[in-house]
Amino acid sequence: MTPNLHLWLIPVLPLVGAAINGLCGKRFTRTLVCSVGLTASAAAFVLGLWVATQPMVSGFYRESLAAWIRAGDFRVDFGFYLDPLSLVMLLIVTGVGFLIHIYSVGYMWEEGGFYRFFSYLNLFLFFMLTLVLASNYLVMFIGWEGVGLASYLLIGFWFTRDQAASAGKKAFIANRVGDFAFLIALFLLIKHFGSLDFASLFSSIGALRPETQGAGLLTSIALLLMVGACGKSAQIPLYVWLPDAMEGPTPVSALIHAATMVTAGIYMIARSHVIFDRAPTAGTMVAILGTLTAFFAASIGITQTDIKKVLAYSTISQLGYMFLACGAAAYTAGIFHLMTHAFFKGLLFLAAGSVMHALGGEQDMRNMGGLRKKIPGTFWTMTAGTFAISGIPPLAGFFSKDEILWQAYASPRGSWVYWLLGLITAFMTSFYMFRLWFLTFFGEYRGDRPEAHAQPAPGSGGHAHDGHGHIHDSPKVMLIPMMILAVLSVVGGWVSYHHTFENFLAPVFRDAGPTLAAEAHPPSGEAPAEEGGGETLLMVISVAAAAAGFYLAWLLYQRRPELPKQIARRIEGLYQTVLHKYYVDELYATLFVKPLVDGSTKLLWHGIDQNVIDAGVDASADRARQLSDTMRHMQSGNVRSYAGWVAFGAAGVIAYMVWIGIK
Amino acid sequence: MLHLLLFLLFGLACVAGAVNLLVQRHPINSALSLVVVMGSLAGEYLLLGAEFVAAIQVIVYAGAIMVLFVFVIMLLNAGEEERTSGSRVALLLGVPGMLIGAVLVAWLLVERSATPAVAVGALPGDPQTIGWLLFHNYLLPFEVTSILVLIAILGAVALASQPGMEASAKKEG
Amino acid sequence: MVPLSYYLVLSGILFACGVTGFLIKRNIITIFMSIELMLNGVNLSFVAFAAEWQALSGQVFVFFVMVVAAAEAAVGLAIIIAIFRTRETLNVDYVNLLKL
Repeated sequence: MTPNLHLWLIPVLPLVGAAINGLCGKRFTRTLVCSVGLTASAAAFVLGLWVATQPMVSGFYRESLAAWIRAGDFRVDFGFYLDPLSLVMLLIVTGVGFLIHIYSVGYMWEEGGFYRFFSYLNLFLFFMLTLVLASNYLVMFIGWEGVGLASYLLIGFWFTRDQAASAGKKAFIANRVGDFAFLIALFLLIKHFGSLDFASLFSSIGALRPETQGAGLLTSIALLLMVGACGKSAQIPLYVWLPDAMEGPTPVSALIHAATMVTAGIYMIARSHVIFDRAPTAGTMVAILGTLTAFFAASIGITQTDIKKVLAYSTISQLGYMFLACGAAAYTAGIFHLMTHAFFKGLLFLAAGSVMHALGGEQDMRNMGGLRKKIPGTFWTMTAGTFAISGIPPLAGFFSKDEILWQAYASPRGSWVYWLLGLITAFMTSFYMFRLWFLTFFGEYRGDRPEAHAQPAPGSGGHAHDGHGHIHDSPKVMLIPMMILAVLSVVGGWVSYHHTFENFLAPVFRDAGPTLAAEAHPPSGEAPAEEGGGETLLMVISVAAAAAGFYLAWLLYQRRPELPKQIARRIEGLYQTVLHKYYVDELYATLFVKPLVDGSTKLLWHGIDQNVIDAGVDASADRARQLSDTMRHMQSGNVRSYAGWVAFGAAGVIAYMVWIGIK
Repeated sequence: MLHLLLFLLFGLACVAGAVNLLVQRHPINSALSLVVVMGSLAGEYLLLGAEFVAAIQVIVYAGAIMVLFVFVIMLLNAGEEERTSGSRVALLLGVPGMLIGAVLVAWLLVERSATPAVAVGALPGDPQTIGWLLFHNYLLPFEVTSILVLIAILGAVALASQPGMEASAKKEG
Repeated sequence: MVPLSYYLVLSGILFACGVTGFLIKRNIITIFMSIELMLNGVNLSFVAFAAEWQALSGQVFVFFVMVVAAAEAAVGLAIIIAIFRTRETLNVDYVNLLKL
């Protein structure tokens, strides 16, 4: 019998930290604030490690804290669940989270609202851990909504800045659209299966046959879940909030918008694999959407000049890869890439923050350059991250991205189209990442920051270096987490040696019931792991694509830096479209935002609120006043009129009495 | 027969006095008409056998209250009434209302006119009997009304006294 | 023999005259006298019923009515005198300060 692991402590400890910092942090010293915050996240990580070492008898562990809803036959508990999938997510969230907490101590040291930042970070950890460790969809939804809230709070951390506040709202609203679809999926699940608990739900669904003929109930549920994941994981069409979310402090971008929150959608789809396996149409939709998003976002990333925006579009693109993997029923590959992405993307964001810190808040790459010698620590760690994301062996990104491309090609639900587009995207990824690398660290320094004094860009996270104006590397408290992540980016891929990682996760995705794959192949939803010629060939091709990207970036930004401008002028129209992100934001503004705002102003505000409700209230007040105006003439002060009224009333009373008497 | 005749006689006097009160313009004429009414009513009371009440009617009502009215009229040198417009309500609502009430009551009385006749001197109300009632059954109201009269006296004196009079009263000691 | 209703009719006529005077007269003192007229009409009604029902308490009540009427007349006339002093008029239409 598995002993009680007290899983609930893992989310609750950060919650306690958030509460302490949130309620009393204003009066604490900075040291105390970060002690509380770091202790809470460290405790969660340590507990996660300890839990990982405990044996699990039946391959999973459930605990139920308390009953929540008891409505007839429908029951929901506050329950937590641990299996290899949630264990992997747990370690990623707490581990990377802890490192970023340490980094934030240095990065945010001179900012106002220090206690608020750590409180929100811990709050985010609480919600994310709830999401990952949930044993039923409803508790997962608590975490789902909560990370959206934490994201809003943290994006709009500098809320006095208009853009930051708007970006926070945009993120929340875009998430909300996805949440709406998620909720409808939950309602459908409750209606047709009577439960939201993973164990019971998946065993009931597991007994159903796959829906190969068109759309049915499971396909609808799966598609709705997919839309929910689109909102959270920034896929087309709900990705628009992620680039704007870069208004938040860089540690926030690293933690929430690279490593953890945006991966919640992927996790949710992986968790719901039982449904997706039986709804191949939905699975295909997921794969198509992921591929398109990856391609689309990568193309935008090529033209961006803000270092954080490049990384943001890169994140959207990599999430597209994970979607593709899940859509092709290669769930372990998706989760593997999720893990490696957390390492190198988190690292890249932290390094970008370090660059910005060194330059006093500068984010535009056109004003950078030649920083290689000036900030070596940042340079080497960022190099590790860049090589990792571009898929250069033997770094982590190579293994995970390659696995996805192979599965996209060979899996029973995959196709060569996915592979081809994925390959082109990999080329683009490599290109824009090395473009960033070259622009930032090589060549001549193009900025206007003289060595003597600095003017920090307002509100972009940097702070003035009064007194020491030269460009210097970040303090150790920021560098050490970056170095740890760099090491992980290098070695993280080696867990796939001899399919160790895959075998670790396989029991989660092994399906007992009838699935499409099981009918066609031996029980494993993924492609047969043959070390055959096909896989090696594709591997070589993808490495070649990455190398081609490197070469092109070197050519355009190191060797002949005048070329990019000429090329841009040649394809002016296309360039401008891509530069303006295909005008998607403008499109949404015209299609959705403007009609809503106009409708709300003209119809709801002027039409109903002012002209109907206010007018009604005012009119009734007016009537009362008019009535009393009329009635006051009774009190004329004239005694005779009073007498008249008395006589009249008396006559009335007499008439009444007579009438009674007659009856 | 005589009873009816006397009743009609006194009754006519009452009504004539009442109508005259309404018709006259000078208040002194109205006051004197009212005295006539009171006197006739005293006669009616006697017809009903209420001796004590009739006596009090003449002494108190006609003899004291009406005298008081006449004194005030003369004191204030009230002249003939002017014709002011005053209130429409009184005329439009009050008079019709009163008429309606009167008509209703009259109709009712005509309906139930099968009432027994009242004999002359039907209920002799001699002072002794009334006194007995007054001081036995109605002692409390009697005492209360006496206090009421006391208060009325005080009130009247307070209301009617002139500001200067108090000071001069004090001066004279 | 006079039926009871005759007395009641007479009482009613007196009362109606009193109400009419109260409504149409403008001199305060005359209005007061109309009130006295009303009271007298009611007194007659009391005595008549007392005679019919052989209940002396009707006559006792008339006694009380008279006492109260006396007190009321005294106080009322004092008020009239006070009004006359301030307003210099006995016309009730000019005493209309208590209005909205």
